[in-house]
Amino acid sequence: MVYKRTSGRALTEIRKMTAKVGVVPNADGSAMFAFGDTVAIAAVYGPRLLHPQHKQNPSTGILRVNYDLLSFSVYDRKKPGPSRRSQEISKVTEWALSPVLNLKEFPNTVVDVQIYIIQADAGTRTAGINAASMALAHAGIPMKNLVTSISVGKLDKDLIVDLDKSEEDFEGGEGPTDFPIAKIANTDEYTLMQLDGKIQPEVVKKVLKLADKACEEIYEVQKKALKEVVSQ
Amino acid sequence: MSAMQVSNLTIETLKKMFSEGKRFDGRGLLEHRHLDVSLDISNKAEGSARVKIGKTEVIVGVKLTLDEPYPDSPDKGNIMVSGDLLPLASPRFEMGPPDFPAIELPRLVDRAVRESGMIELEKLVVKPGEKVWTVIIDIYPINDDGNLIDAATIGAIAALKHTELPEIGKDGKIDYENSSGKKLPLAKGIAPISFSFFKLGNSIILDPTREEEEACETRITFGISDWNGQHMINSCQKNGSEIFTKAEIEHIMDILPKKFDDINEKLKKSLK
Repeated sequence: MVYKRTSGRALTEIRKMTAKVGVVPNADGSAMFAFGDTVAIAAVYGPRLLHPQHKQNPSTGILRVNYDLLSFSVYDRKKPGPSRRSQEISKVTEWALSPVLNLKEFPNTVVDVQIYIIQADAGTRTAGINAASMALAHAGIPMKNLVTSISVGKLDKDLIVDLDKSEEDFEGGEGPTDFPIAKIANTDEYTLMQLDGKIQPEVVKKVLKLADKACEEIYEVQKKALKEVVSQ
Repeated sequence: MSAMQVSNLTIETLKKMFSEGKRFDGRGLLEHRHLDVSLDISNKAEGSARVKIGKTEVIVGVKLTLDEPYPDSPDKGNIMVSGDLLPLASPRFEMGPPDFPAIELPRLVDRAVRESGMIELEKLVVKPGEKVWTVIIDIYPINDDGNLIDAATIGAIAALKHTELPEIGKDGKIDYENSSGKKLPLAKGIAPISFSFFKLGNSIILDPTREEEEACETRITFGISDWNGQHMINSCQKNGSEIFTKAEIEHIMDILPKKFDDINEKLKKSLK
């Protein structure tokens, strides 16, 4: 049995990407990033003095990420407030972004990144990371590169890029697989890797290749949006 | 064993030793400590196990309850994994709301077990759409000397393999005092094992002691199982603020199947 993507996309085709910088005027930096119907916004505040004081690190500033779904972003209303899922995604997002930051010049401070999903159709953490990475750049935080993120999955045995919700819940063949990845743009350095599903060890190499290719496209979209705000 | 932070001196020493392929306790970088699994450690649980890896000890109990199925899976039983990092087990653990490691541990065990398809959830239906078994896996570290996630996953698998369904009484309630004699329905041959690879400098190690784990900069955990005769990775999570390179991930992919076969063989013997 051969499965086709419900959206009619090619196996490695990313949904239409939209990116915009400067969506929250109050923030030091902000951005929106969308994969099709998945829309994420991110705002950056800081570096600012971290409270409570005992959490301060005198040798460096720290990054603090908060990710969550807005209550109406999914069909079954999400109860407002942090869940175990959102706390985990906040943490892995923090780890995905912090390798590119240099906050050594800002001891005792925190850089707060707030990520909210306005509309969810799978790939919310990857869209959130792409938005947050742009927002950090927009805020002028010292960073060595952008972080780009994409999810790779499976349609039975075929690898597919950028899963939507119907593909994330795919029940045919070998069942659903979701493999979100983040990497430092134009490097071989991966900053986020998670997986739910079934994938053979030798196939992981192919997954990384597909992610690399997709991340190159995402990087271009991010750069273009950042340049637009500079030229204004 | 104290609550003290690992010193920079220790970290530098470990980094140097790892780069030479050496460890304080004389093991190879990818070598596990002695593994010991015992079963039925609590007779009120429907299944239970104790896992020791070196000085790390974790106990796992399985309880079964009858509940409504989730709306999106009316024809399947439920799985729930919970865990608590008891202050009994380490000077580092404190009372109070769970911090991130306490949230992450049961989530990773949950994903390895759930995604492997080890539990045949469709066979846990008592009345479709109305009443199904919920399999609750509770994890408690008794002594934390590193590598808790991998130990907890082994504990969960061992306990599940020896779980029996309790009898359902005439009133439709569970009679916990009497086993039905039926085993929890498990898919034949599937049992996930978790492997957490820790990185310090350019070295990657398995099964760290608490001290080594504290010293390491980042971690990546894989849940892997045997599925229709082939190795299948079911779950993965990177933890920590350092990167993994493509070469490192590819290296881990080469090691993973061999390690799985090795530990799986040991487990099969001790679970007989």
